[in-house]
Amino acid sequence: MNVMPMPRRRAFGHISVPKVTLAHGGGGKAMKDLIDDVFVSAFDNAALAPLEDQARFDLSDLARYGDRLAFTTDSFVVHPLFFPGGDIGKLAVCGTVNDLAVGGAQPLYLSCAAIVEEGVEVDLLRRVAASMAEAARVAGVQIVTGDTKVVQKGACDKIFLTTTGIGVIRANVTLGADRARAGDIVIVNGVLGDHGAAILGARGDMALDSPIESDCAALNGLIDALLGAAPGTRALRDATRGGVATVLNEIAQASGVAIELDERVMPLRAEVRAFCEILGLDPLYLANEGKIVAIVPADEADAALAAVGAHPFGRDAVAIGEVKGGEAGRVTMRTVFGGNRIVDMLVGDQLPRIC
Amino acid sequence: MKYVEEFRDAEKAKVLLHEIDRLVADIDPPKDRPIAIMEVCGGHTHSIFRYGLEGMLPKEIELVHGPGCPVCVLPMGRVDDCVAIAERPEVILTTFGDAMRVPGSKKSLMQAKADGADVRMVYSPMDALALARKNPDREVVFFAIGFETTIPSTALTILQAKAEGVENFSVFCNHITIVPTIKAILDSPDLQIDGFLGPGHVSMVIGTGPYEFISRHYKRPMVVAGFEPLDILQSLWMVLKQIQEGRSEVENQYARIVPDAGNSAALAALSEVYELREFFEWRGLGSIDHSGVRIRAAYHAFDAEARFATPNVKIADPKSCQCGEVLKGVIKPWQCKVFGTACNPETPLGALMVSSEGACAAYYQYGGVRKREAVS
Repeated sequence: MNVMPMPRRRAFGHISVPKVTLAHGGGGKAMKDLIDDVFVSAFDNAALAPLEDQARFDLSDLARYGDRLAFTTDSFVVHPLFFPGGDIGKLAVCGTVNDLAVGGAQPLYLSCAAIVEEGVEVDLLRRVAASMAEAARVAGVQIVTGDTKVVQKGACDKIFLTTTGIGVIRANVTLGADRARAGDIVIVNGVLGDHGAAILGARGDMALDSPIESDCAALNGLIDALLGAAPGTRALRDATRGGVATVLNEIAQASGVAIELDERVMPLRAEVRAFCEILGLDPLYLANEGKIVAIVPADEADAALAAVGAHPFGRDAVAIGEVKGGEAGRVTMRTVFGGNRIVDMLVGDQLPRIC
Repeated sequence: MKYVEEFRDAEKAKVLLHEIDRLVADIDPPKDRPIAIMEVCGGHTHSIFRYGLEGMLPKEIELVHGPGCPVCVLPMGRVDDCVAIAERPEVILTTFGDAMRVPGSKKSLMQAKADGADVRMVYSPMDALALARKNPDREVVFFAIGFETTIPSTALTILQAKAEGVENFSVFCNHITIVPTIKAILDSPDLQIDGFLGPGHVSMVIGTGPYEFISRHYKRPMVVAGFEPLDILQSLWMVLKQIQEGRSEVENQYARIVPDAGNSAALAALSEVYELREFFEWRGLGSIDHSGVRIRAAYHAFDAEARFATPNVKIADPKSCQCGEVLKGVIKPWQCKVFGTACNPETPLGALMVSSEGACAAYYQYGGVRKREAVS
């Protein structure tokens, strides 16, 4: 991993051409200018300053937050890059922050690796970097190292981002998908499927009057509140690709329990419901970028709901189901109509139905 | 959602289920088996699983999931032909989403796309025509599948393309018709079906008249049904009521959408552009006379089969597949020898495992909880 070369006292390099060329990936002055102009100037922070091939952290400083490190990475390849409610930059920061936070960690530092297609407007990169910087500021994390590669036209779709994150797990917090027990309550922090519907809508194939906004958000603050109110919380997952249905299947399998959902209380935005009706999609499998699934012991469920519900990203929080002792690994749902159905893992992507 | 929620009312469902129970108690059941009612249409199958209807019905009623999933019944040879067209460098192949995964003998369209073919998902054949206008240097082909529900829309698209003089647009026609297929099922000697739920959206186009032979000749009740769970329960009640009273008639539960005479404008467009084929091959059911349509000579220019050479090879269904028996209600999906083992949604062998509307895939995915418990 290359460090972002950010000498404290030299002026930032600047790019005067409108588009990225392969020269910007060549390792010379053009590359330094690109990195300075786009990323370093946006991410500017004290921890990023030293000109080394790595960011360095003081262990005693980290230890203030807890007793274990959490470490995660994620790549982002979304199309379109900008969509209602977010963009690839915000997504890349929030996604990795959330992956740390659902482990009970305080997210602290992120890396940012960008693969850029030649011919991309430099302004577009600046917008992405500014969005990352803003998302990092809101989430209270710093982007402290990174790397940039430029590839030939066609070798990637404008920009791919990879963010890696380090966080510190609070002492006394142990969360795991294998810890769900019969009687536990399943909580989500709000309406489901917004991100998946927003992306499908933003691709422009469906003419929508009112765009659906992605729920993309960093949830570390909300998770702080949840763990404060319900310290016995068993498991947390962010319900990204594959949606709530996939996450619950993973938890049911890992814990060897059954999970029973109630469709009547499933929180869905009216637009998302209509969108799914038209295309024959199941919102339980749509991606979220600002939603967690929490498994909490029954005696802490009310406190958990109150704490999550008081947070701006949790206003529509609701208990959607219960962990049961039935057949291990099976997730079922009582339908609005009073029947029961199995909520299984999907094989691939959901595809719109013909009729 | 208005006009949707009203048809998912759990309280009304209880009333209907109670009435169904009362009717069933009053019917002499067939010997050694439950009363078998086939829902012809894949959309009904989807709703039945989506709302868990099977588990709510009394055990005296068995739902048989019929052949009305157009994605499922597409034979492998036709998918191979489509892949061959898609792999031509000048072609943009457009298709409905769930047709992407249907396996051919070598690959699906999704795999062809991964291998470099330009395959794009559209929501309407009109989207494909728009793509043709935008890409005058490419050949845009629409992969047309579906019953009478979708046939008028491709017919209108072809008429539009002709009116505009769009020369780089064509349709690979795999449209099929439901009536000869129902007849083929009724003619099979091992048939065990006591009544039918008729396809709602097909009937919106063709009306209820074409089903008269079912009641008259085969003496089976047929109720054209809507797709919301209350629609389906009410339609089942109507079929049972006919059985109890010893009637066999065509009734229309879905009258809010389906006029008895059908949609004359849609029918006119359909017969302007299409004519019946002598026979068409179905996955799981074999060749059925007059069960498919092709593009008429007058619209030859828009027929992808005329425009591009295709392998046109008939591929037999795998021997282990028992889709035909499932379709006729002789066995249930989970009684098939390869269900869930060699044949699963990831690597479907048979027609019914292909789309989420196929009976086997629906069992595999949503699982009639009660039924699965009975097996395990």
